[in-house]
Amino acid sequence: MKALSQKRRHPLAAIALLLMGLLLTGGLYAVATTVNEAKASTTTYSANDTEEGGKLFAANCATCHGMGASGTADGPSLVGVGAAAVDFQVGTGRMPMQMNGPQALKKPAQFNDEQTHQLSAYVASLGAGPAIPEEDLVNGGGDAAAGGELFRTNCAMCHNAAAAGGALTRGKFAPALADVSGKHIYEAMATGPQNMPVFSDSNITPEGKKDIITFLKQIESTGSPGGADLGSLGPVAEGLFVWVAGLGVIIAFTIWLTSRTS
Amino acid sequence: MSAASTAEPAFVAKTKAGRVTDFVDSRVGGSGILREFGRKVFPDHWSFMFGEVALYSFVILLLSGTFLTFFFDPSMAETHYDGSYVPLKGVEMSVAYSSSLDISFDIRGGLFMRQVHHWAALLFVASIAVHMLRVFFTGAFRRPREMNWVVGCVLLILAMAAGFTGYSLPDDLLSGNGLRIIDGVIKSIPVVGTYISFFLFGGEFPGTAIISRLYMLHILLVPALILLMIVLHLFMVVVHKHTQYPGPGRNDNNVVGYPLGPVYAAKAGGFFFIVFGVLALMAAFFTINPIWNYGPYDPSPVSAGTQPDWYIGFVDGALRLMPGTFGDWHVEQTWLGFVFTFNVLLPALVPAGILFTVMFTYPWIERWITKDNREHHVLDRPRNAPTRTGIGVAGFIWYCVMWAAAGSDLIATHFHVSLNDVTYWLRALFFIGPIIGFIVAKRVALALQRKDREIALHGRETGRIVRLPHGEFIEVHAPLDEYKRYKLVGFESPEVLPAVPNEHGVVTGNEKRRAFLSKWFFEDRVAPATPAELEAAHGHGHAAVEASEEAKSLSH
Repeated sequence: MKALSQKRRHPLAAIALLLMGLLLTGGLYAVATTVNEAKASTTTYSANDTEEGGKLFAANCATCHGMGASGTADGPSLVGVGAAAVDFQVGTGRMPMQMNGPQALKKPAQFNDEQTHQLSAYVASLGAGPAIPEEDLVNGGGDAAAGGELFRTNCAMCHNAAAAGGALTRGKFAPALADVSGKHIYEAMATGPQNMPVFSDSNITPEGKKDIITFLKQIESTGSPGGADLGSLGPVAEGLFVWVAGLGVIIAFTIWLTSRTS
Repeated sequence: MSAASTAEPAFVAKTKAGRVTDFVDSRVGGSGILREFGRKVFPDHWSFMFGEVALYSFVILLLSGTFLTFFFDPSMAETHYDGSYVPLKGVEMSVAYSSSLDISFDIRGGLFMRQVHHWAALLFVASIAVHMLRVFFTGAFRRPREMNWVVGCVLLILAMAAGFTGYSLPDDLLSGNGLRIIDGVIKSIPVVGTYISFFLFGGEFPGTAIISRLYMLHILLVPALILLMIVLHLFMVVVHKHTQYPGPGRNDNNVVGYPLGPVYAAKAGGFFFIVFGVLALMAAFFTINPIWNYGPYDPSPVSAGTQPDWYIGFVDGALRLMPGTFGDWHVEQTWLGFVFTFNVLLPALVPAGILFTVMFTYPWIERWITKDNREHHVLDRPRNAPTRTGIGVAGFIWYCVMWAAAGSDLIATHFHVSLNDVTYWLRALFFIGPIIGFIVAKRVALALQRKDREIALHGRETGRIVRLPHGEFIEVHAPLDEYKRYKLVGFESPEVLPAVPNEHGVVTGNEKRRAFLSKWFFEDRVAPATPAELEAAHGHGHAAVEASEEAKSLSH
């Protein structure tokens, strides 16, 4: 203790202190973020998965993403994107991409569950990233009302308040969320595919994400209490309907009413 | 009347019903009213019934709206939802929104009545719009009906006001976003905008007063004004009598049709129930304004697909089309320390201002150009007034471009095109669409007139080919009967009125402008076939007719 107090005016003391401070905050941050990322990381990958995944990757993905997923001019590096990103992009059929366009479109998945698992294992082995979420976070069971509030604040401006989708600039769009599995919704929030921003765990907590999924599943299963929902697209669909169907039927009646006499 | 009854012995009814009827009749003169109204003649044509649709929609609006007032609470006090819609349970919201949700989920028949009310509102404005288009394109606004046209325009604006104030009441996210846009437009008015906004909202947006204020306008002032205007409108319809399409035996001094009683009264009464039935079916099977989807209003979130109801759409579309900058020049300017937000002010007020100004003044504009001050009770077929039809189509297309722009995001997502491209195309169409529309509509009208003339002169093509003895093939044309031909030849075809000097012998600048517009209006005309031409055509002098027709039909 005495030695410490003697050396506190040493010329290098300030630097040492700064170094200690940086190490401490950096270390804490590293621990915190890995805690954040690792929370859902319970899926275990065998060495065989990783190896098979590597082969699949080289055959199907490396053309654009490069050998070792280090990226080329045609596709970004996938080091550190995590298993969740692969599971989402490959699991919804967006990857491998059919053609270049404003954004990758959903289509029937090209790989089965096992192959998707192997690809995820390979990309996860390249660097730490968001993992595939645990089952209990994605199967509903949260607070739908709280999820609704989060959804309206964070998601509705692109995906529409009833999750019916919406337009973005230059041909990009936010898709409708009906029939999207809870796992894929979670992964999309965690990894921010296409034009979607990343909603990290410090932005929306895993519990919050669970609530959002619960809300989406709830409104999907509730259906439309007032009859056919006309696409949940709001007043434009309603106006079109009243002009085409409403007035159309009325005009048919007016013609019928006046056809008998004149 | 009274003189006659004193001369004759007093009438004594034999039955109880007769005595009651006589009691009422001798006090209010019901039989006189019935005799007058019962014999009012209405011509039969489907396009004459849109005014009725609007009237019946309004009656349905009053009935369903009254039901809704029993349960709606226009308070902006905060509460926590405790109704049966699970995804909103416990969410903090205003009492207005909470009571709207209760109407939808916890009051028997409430959702149905809400949907009837909203669908009826959309149909109300739509039928007014179609009615006005019919009146415009057939020239029914001409003397003596100019004032009634103006009353109709006022009714359209009142209907939009009623719709907008009602749209805002549930205090859900969608209606709140709509109010925010109105607030933005008000605040963009230079100098006084901010004061007006604070006055309207009772402080900074959204405040706690706006819903109850709009509610009072929606259920009291606006419907009362609409009712007053409807009374004026129908009163003038009775005074002017109904217009009729041209036809044999129809002229400006008569009305050919069926009397109100009993045929027309039965039809009109039945038609009310048809309109009611259509609206009830729509309300039962199709959702409108699913407020539970939107959540309570909160100034921070804005949902994709936020649009106003269709009749305000053209203003929203104009706002979407307006660029914020031209190159490096910003449309929003700061002058003398004040911000002038022209990128909001111009699109919000200018197109609507132009549309309504032209709409209100059109009868006088046309009267000035054509110097036509006669009474008209026989309508024009749109083709027989090509320039007016062109003007109407131009205005209609201009409106539709702005209207489409209000749904630009949905056009982009549903046709898989770029939102930016949709905006660029609509911006271009905003300027060239009306011009193309005018030219095409006018040419189509002239072509149809030429076709009419051709059919009147030569009859209908039968498709039967006959070979003459000397080898020539001709197609046999069947002559039209008199009634059908009347329709094709019995119309007015005004000619260009050149400028004339006034009483001082001077041709004023104003008169020159009028003459120029008259030329623009009537320069291209297809004259109706004259009796002499018809006579010649139906004799054997085909060649002579063709020659005179060439000379007469077109004077470009």
